[in-house]
Amino acid sequence: MITLIISSIAIFAVFLYGSLGEIITEKSGHLNLGTPGIMCFGGIGGCAGVHLAYKMVGSNNVMAYIWIILIAIIFTIIFGGLIGLLYSFLTVSLRSNQNITGLAITTFGVAAANYFGTKIDRTVLMNVANKCFLKIFPVTDKSNAFLRIFFGHGFLVYLAIIIAILAYLFLKKTKTGLRLRAVGENPATADAAGLNVARYRYGATTIGAIISGFGGLFLILDYLSCNNEAADATISAFGWLAVALVIFSIWSPKIAILGTFIFALCYIGIIRINAMPTPKSLLEALPYLVTIIVLIFTSIFGGKQVQPPEALGLNYFREDR
Amino acid sequence: MEKTKEKKDPLFHIVKRDNVKTSKLIGIKTTAIVLALVVSSILLAITLGCNPFTFIGSLFTGTFASYSFWDALKEIAILLSLGLALLPAFKMKFWNTGADGQALIGALAAYMCLYFMHDKMPDPLLAIISLVCAVLAGVVWAVIPAIFKALWNTNEILFTLMMNYIAIQCVSIFINKYSTGGSNTLPNIYSGELPMIHEYLTLVIITALLVAFVAIYIKKMKHGFELSLVGESVNTAKYVGINVKKVVIRTLILSGAICGLVGFMLTNGLNHVVNTSTLGGQGFTAIIVVWLANFNPYFMILTAFLVIFLKRGSTELLSNIGQANDSIPLIVTSIFIFFIIGCTFFSRYKILFRRKEFETYALEKKKKIDECNKLIEELQSDPVANEKKIKALEEKIKKYYAQIEKYGDKETKDIDNKFVNFFGIICSNINAFFGMVCDFVVYKIFRRKKEEIKEETKEEEKSRVELEESAEHLEISNNSGNIEKEDAE
Repeated sequence: MITLIISSIAIFAVFLYGSLGEIITEKSGHLNLGTPGIMCFGGIGGCAGVHLAYKMVGSNNVMAYIWIILIAIIFTIIFGGLIGLLYSFLTVSLRSNQNITGLAITTFGVAAANYFGTKIDRTVLMNVANKCFLKIFPVTDKSNAFLRIFFGHGFLVYLAIIIAILAYLFLKKTKTGLRLRAVGENPATADAAGLNVARYRYGATTIGAIISGFGGLFLILDYLSCNNEAADATISAFGWLAVALVIFSIWSPKIAILGTFIFALCYIGIIRINAMPTPKSLLEALPYLVTIIVLIFTSIFGGKQVQPPEALGLNYFREDR
Repeated sequence: MEKTKEKKDPLFHIVKRDNVKTSKLIGIKTTAIVLALVVSSILLAITLGCNPFTFIGSLFTGTFASYSFWDALKEIAILLSLGLALLPAFKMKFWNTGADGQALIGALAAYMCLYFMHDKMPDPLLAIISLVCAVLAGVVWAVIPAIFKALWNTNEILFTLMMNYIAIQCVSIFINKYSTGGSNTLPNIYSGELPMIHEYLTLVIITALLVAFVAIYIKKMKHGFELSLVGESVNTAKYVGINVKKVVIRTLILSGAICGLVGFMLTNGLNHVVNTSTLGGQGFTAIIVVWLANFNPYFMILTAFLVIFLKRGSTELLSNIGQANDSIPLIVTSIFIFFIIGCTFFSRYKILFRRKEFETYALEKKKKIDECNKLIEELQSDPVANEKKIKALEEKIKKYYAQIEKYGDKETKDIDNKFVNFFGIICSNINAFFGMVCDFVVYKIFRRKKEEIKEETKEEEKSRVELEESAEHLEISNNSGNIEKEDAE
């Protein structure tokens, strides 16, 4: 039971990163179907950062760890940000269809991750991951369940929760967050009120892409135990689930924390049940079935509070009427 | 404390184009494709270290060489059929991302028929039964999301996407249960085959028939009109009296049926077996094919060809230089898609750059010229003006002359500066896309500016000639005035 919760917390962080990024993007009115590709690209970028840092500083002392972590984060930000910028350039500036652009981004990101994944040494990643990414507090007591559940994770898990809380505060409490939501709900009105719609959309999409990229990094380092060569297929499945979880968490970072945790618990729980007589694959299809059921429920019983941003999926052009 | 900032006009603004000439459209697309070619060959040169010309060469041998021609046609046929399945749904703005799953479940159904009944009935009957099963399975897979979309407006993008994964799991369940001796693969079954005339000609014929059918369905039939109307505006469709729910479900039945047919073609015609990677993400590629063709079934032939051309070409390149990698073809294809997606912007909008300062200069110049003309008229209107007045006027005219010349100089210089600035701005942002913008826009602006400058210099010369003439006239009138004076004396 405890191991189940612990491993589901790791998955939870991945889902949380993915859906947080997507929530922020969708709040600005852009349905980014490129999330799987962005997660792949950002994740593999982070791995490249780890690899590079390892080559440069080694992994002998605490300073080296800090360097590795820093460089990995910077690389994830750069890679995720770049692909987010590409998406927003195509959709915001060139006003391409968001669905198509997103799918193209997914194809690109997954393929690029597949290609670069073969270039990165797996042993290096495993070596580094165990030391820097999977633990932050020195918890050695294996019997203490409480400590293991709350303090036995890598810093990326805590970072995910912190980002979620910050995103909630940002969207609900700050002026900029309000403006961002206004841009997502009705860009024409926001434009008339003097907001620079393009700037808000660029910002939200890029930041969302960076956050999603962290999800990819953590997925490779933790869940896949650094199997970067087979990362692309798993990440893209996780990415689509993360996109679906945005609807599950009704576009709110606050609910996303709880929703993704429940979902992750189900996901891991289902995979852990091996003793059942039914074929394993049927159970592996369950997360997708659950997602569909959630989609149906939110569409049937959803009131006004759980609707997506009104301008979701629509590009804004000032002279359109 | 508010700072009053002098607001400049934006460097450019974007205007909608109404109707674009076909030649221009083709020009834009060709530019995009050429640029994509350049970018991808640079990328390949960096990652694989191969010569760009090898890349272009293998692009062509990948599709047109005799050993690969029919394979290419086969792939185009499958991709195009998937695209045709998606087309009606997309026309209705129902974003069916589940072509993969629908075709896969069709393939599975066809295979199941083969597996359980291959020794119980004659081949043609078996083929027909598996065709029917495949189509039905595809229809079921497509109609489930459609019903929920029609009744409760459930998000169809994610729904159909999840159905893909469920279809994949169904296939792997089947494989787990019936695979031969733990090898995790199913046996190939060669009965109930789709007869193949001359390599893959059957597939090509089926696809051609599908193109014709879908084109007629969408453009000529009432159903097609109704679904286009639903796509344009649900409210209008309701107002006209169309049963929107019925249209959605009906269209998705068609969509799923064609997907099921593709599954049948894959199982009974090509692979004789089914596995989880039978489709290999072609459903997503098909979406892009449909969209690039601007929802036109005939253009889709071209775009499907382009996609397969690129994919096969880059695979060929890899095998030529002795590397095996599935991802390079996908990367190359997606680079091309980025460019083609980006370039549609230029066919829908045009960019107008800031020209205000030029305009003010032109206005001022015109003012001066007008004043000069007025003076000349004044001179002409009273020929008996005295000498002083005439001299003063002449001086004034000269001054204006000088000013006009100065403005002229300033303007040309300024244009030069502008161009330098313009290039600076664009070049500082050089990445692939700004390169595209640069290429296209600079060409246009250059031409426009050149013409403008030409016209203006012409006008200038004209006015100068006029002035000179009038000055001569002035002198003459001056002389004649003197003569008159003398006469009077």
